[in-house]
Amino acid sequence: MVDMPKSAIVGIGQTEFSKNSGRSELQLAVECIKAALDDAGLTPADVDGLITFTLDGSDEIGVSRCLGIDDLKFASRLPNGGAASVATICHAMSAVESGVCDVVVIWRALNERSQYRFGQPAARGALPTGGGTGFMEWCMPFGAQFPASWEALTAQAYMHKYGVGNEDFGLVSVQLRKHAATNPAAWFYGKPITIADHQASRWIVAPALRLLDCCQESDGGVAIVVASMARARQLRQTPVGIFGAVTAMRCNNETITNYYHGADLTRLPISERVRDRLISGCGFAPRDTQVAMIYDNFTPQIYLQLEAFGFCGAGEARDYTRDGNLELDGRSPLSPNGGHIGEGYIHGMNLVTEGVRQARGTAANQVADVRQVFLASGMAGAIIGPC
Amino acid sequence: MDHNEASVERPEPVVTPDSAFFWEGAERGELLVKQCSACQRLWHPPRPMCPACHAIAMVPARMSGRGTVYSWAMPIHPFPFGFSAPPIVALVDLEEGPRLVSNVVGVDPRKMRNGLRVVVAFEPTAGGRAVPVFQLADGETV
Repeated sequence: MVDMPKSAIVGIGQTEFSKNSGRSELQLAVECIKAALDDAGLTPADVDGLITFTLDGSDEIGVSRCLGIDDLKFASRLPNGGAASVATICHAMSAVESGVCDVVVIWRALNERSQYRFGQPAARGALPTGGGTGFMEWCMPFGAQFPASWEALTAQAYMHKYGVGNEDFGLVSVQLRKHAATNPAAWFYGKPITIADHQASRWIVAPALRLLDCCQESDGGVAIVVASMARARQLRQTPVGIFGAVTAMRCNNETITNYYHGADLTRLPISERVRDRLISGCGFAPRDTQVAMIYDNFTPQIYLQLEAFGFCGAGEARDYTRDGNLELDGRSPLSPNGGHIGEGYIHGMNLVTEGVRQARGTAANQVADVRQVFLASGMAGAIIGPC
Repeated sequence: MDHNEASVERPEPVVTPDSAFFWEGAERGELLVKQCSACQRLWHPPRPMCPACHAIAMVPARMSGRGTVYSWAMPIHPFPFGFSAPPIVALVDLEEGPRLVSNVVGVDPRKMRNGLRVVVAFEPTAGGRAVPVFQLADGETV
């Protein structure tokens, strides 16, 4: 017996996704927030909660000052970088269902291509310090200085254990670029690739990751509005109910430098915990849904998460992908917007907005008969659907 | 990418109060991991409290320096700063249990493999400190 959701996503908004936005991150943030409120039929005066995550360059004061938000009751900024993207849904749901807030806005806006390079090392002598940054302290002196190099140490373990080659990771890239090719909002609209293209792209970190295994670096902003289901019923859009939204952290887990959680890094016990909590909490397993929006910073993360979230068994993700299960008409359509690899990389949040469009039935690459959508960012997961 | 020589300007470690012992040990040619003086468990990366028994008394313990390569990768683009050739970055499982991020040196990347038996060595940083790296163990072949 599935309980009806008590809260819903009522509005979504975004800027264009580009390589040079030509304006500040704060401007991107408030543009996408205003667009999401317009989409919902709400105004900034209705907003009493704000949520983003740690690496966002705009602050709550700046956002409130631009939008004229005058009665904020709740603001939170979540840990774990992009892994927080789906965790924001858990926080917004909690704020609304506890009665602390009526209308919560989630935003993420960044100029990670034009203002700084998310995928490249910090300049020499400018190494950030700070809590929990194992990738800085323990990796930098050894030449592992950018995200692909941290990811590769896990990906290579997977390759070794299951006899998977880099060309097998290319299946994910080809699939997501196929989706992006028919999504006008995607940076790679009209530009599908083949495995040969993937194999011709240069090594970023041998023998695991080529250029086309990496997500994009993008400029842009995305915002989402969450309210109670009762409020949602009075608003402009079809409510997209939050059936379940959970987050998980464990001792000895890290985000991208996740090397210390156990002997075998090809398993993601943290994602298995997210899956189990969703099943026990709302009755839906990730593989019961009709669309899978799964965080794709690098292609191997799709294999690891498909297995951990229960779409297929250990070591089976390559075959699951090759057999067409991730196609729009497959068993588990993966990120029909093209994901971070094909559409753009707004740090997880453009996957959430696409999940909402799929639930509303308004996506460019609409999957047929969507009742539930799975949103996942490794350490967090959510099940949403039209209500 | 056909050879893997020592870095000439290896970046400095970011030293924190909880990790200083590790880098100072490396300068003396010692590979140290924090051990809980109450329950004897080893923990890396180091931390000021034992997560198993919550003792604060964490004492550096000297490791044998022997381990095996769990996984490895070579960052090529963008080129890592402080290196003259793409380094082999590896996760090394020490025989005492802890896992470290480090480099494997002196091995042809084309012959690099998982499970390689390695032993610690130490290399200088640009600022005169040192970091532990790993080379082939005695008797090991690629």
